[in-house]
Amino acid sequence: MSQERRIGDVILKVDNVSLAFGGVKALTNITFDVCEGEVRSIIGPNGAGKSSMLNCINGFYKPTEGIITFKGESHSQMETHQAASQGIARTFQNIALFKGMTTLDNVMTGRNLKMRKNFLWQSLYYGPAMREELEHREAAERVIDFLEIESIRKTVVGRLPYGLQKRVELARALAAEPDMLLLDEPMAGMNYEEKEDMCRYILDVNDEFGTTIVLIEHDMSVVMDISDRVVVLDYGQKIADGDPDEVRANQRVIDAYLGVQHD
Amino acid sequence: MEVLNTFFIAPVLDMADSPIFLLEVIIGGLMAGVMYSLVALGFVLIYKASGVFNYAQGAMVLFAALTLVGLLDNHVPLILAIILTMIVMVGVAFLIERYMLRHLVNQAQIILFMATIGLNFVFEGAGQIAWGSNVKKLDVGIPENSFEVGGVLINSFDLFAAVTAAVLVGVLAIFFQKTSVGRALRAVADDHQAALSVGIPLKTIWIIVWSVSGFVALVAGIMWGGKAGVQFSLVLIALKALPVLILGGFESVPGAIIGGLLIGVFEKVSEVYWGPAFGGAIEGWFAYMAALVFLMFRPQGLFGEKIIERV
Repeated sequence: MSQERRIGDVILKVDNVSLAFGGVKALTNITFDVCEGEVRSIIGPNGAGKSSMLNCINGFYKPTEGIITFKGESHSQMETHQAASQGIARTFQNIALFKGMTTLDNVMTGRNLKMRKNFLWQSLYYGPAMREELEHREAAERVIDFLEIESIRKTVVGRLPYGLQKRVELARALAAEPDMLLLDEPMAGMNYEEKEDMCRYILDVNDEFGTTIVLIEHDMSVVMDISDRVVVLDYGQKIADGDPDEVRANQRVIDAYLGVQHD
Repeated sequence: MEVLNTFFIAPVLDMADSPIFLLEVIIGGLMAGVMYSLVALGFVLIYKASGVFNYAQGAMVLFAALTLVGLLDNHVPLILAIILTMIVMVGVAFLIERYMLRHLVNQAQIILFMATIGLNFVFEGAGQIAWGSNVKKLDVGIPENSFEVGGVLINSFDLFAAVTAAVLVGVLAIFFQKTSVGRALRAVADDHQAALSVGIPLKTIWIIVWSVSGFVALVAGIMWGGKAGVQFSLVLIALKALPVLILGGFESVPGAIIGGLLIGVFEKVSEVYWGPAFGGAIEGWFAYMAALVFLMFRPQGLFGEKIIERV
């Protein structure tokens, strides 16, 4: 990675966020930040609260306490589609694609927010709306090219193998031209080659578009290779935060992953 | 031998006996089928966009028709009355989203289905409280005379209904397949959560789809009300849409049309030619039988989306 990557100011600030479902505390007083243009990973053992954290950031869950600031705008309560319109796109742990639709249609839904003509115009499928549709079609095709999924453009995604579905999901997220991309275990269940490809795409996205990436991943070698900074969660609490080498050397992280011997 | 004769030979001989009459029966069936299609369309729209089987569709037809008649009775001009009724239906869609759907996001389908059963009673009650429960005549000026084409008698009211349905279907098919709103609707139907994450505002989409469905209910209400009078039994025609949906597939607009036409023709032909063999009046249950048999061979319907499941 010889190219100089620009890491800018803080784009996302998570401040003292707690989340509880009834008596179960999923997250307790989590604080960390994400800088513009960096690859930031959230790791931790199963049930540590990683996905809950992501869900808070894009508004699926409303934090019980604490404030999340994105691009200078603070909110504790936010609707998911508002998060999307502010420039947060995401993929899911258990792929959430529109299975009955083609790859192209799936990617086009990612352009939904970029459509400026209101729905009455769009319903007419005529004149300005038609021109706009074509414009977005071009943008969608660019993303499809970028992720090398041209050959499955017209395939219904429900028929695709798992690894490709993951890539289509990434394409749909990218089509929205997000400022920040949340990836929930993008490499889970993939073989070695697919993982390598996915890593390359993630780094390419980060390089070419300067997209900030927040990543949840289990594969430690992957995380350590591609992340700029890493947050470690365990039982809903933050136990470490820093660059990969620091985190790797942290005793609490080693304990959390390998288990501690009690006397 | 006698059984063979009554069930298989006699009906066919009857058909061959008078082809013109057979043609008339078929055309009659097609026309009735168009009316079924109109009701089925309303179901398909909501099912496509929210995966909900809207039990209240029949009540919506009644409600729309009652509102229109009520306005006409108060000497509101026809065009204005139709526009006002449409505004009422959009308002209703808004209320349904606000007080029902919003609270049921991500719930199981059966729960939404139950909610629409409740909605059904609300519509029935509200319509009658507002406009009374008498049978009303609805006359929107569609001609009702019959004319002859090549020896076959055609009712111009039926023809008008057929043309209306055809136009409606054309418009809806383009809306769903070609426009970005249509794509958003299909996306919402497929996966609520994913739709939210790409920034599709669920609430707006639901209001749109229930409004469109309200519009279809209004058209169906005008047609059925004009034919049979606006009365409580309009609610029951929703049940007629069930075999149509099973035949055509729940998420297919063209399916609703073809399904409706097929059921219409089945019904009329079976009534006329096989009715005597069963002692008459088989029109009422024959469609359901046909749907059941069909279900065994093609559970997703003629045009339903293939059921794809990766295991």
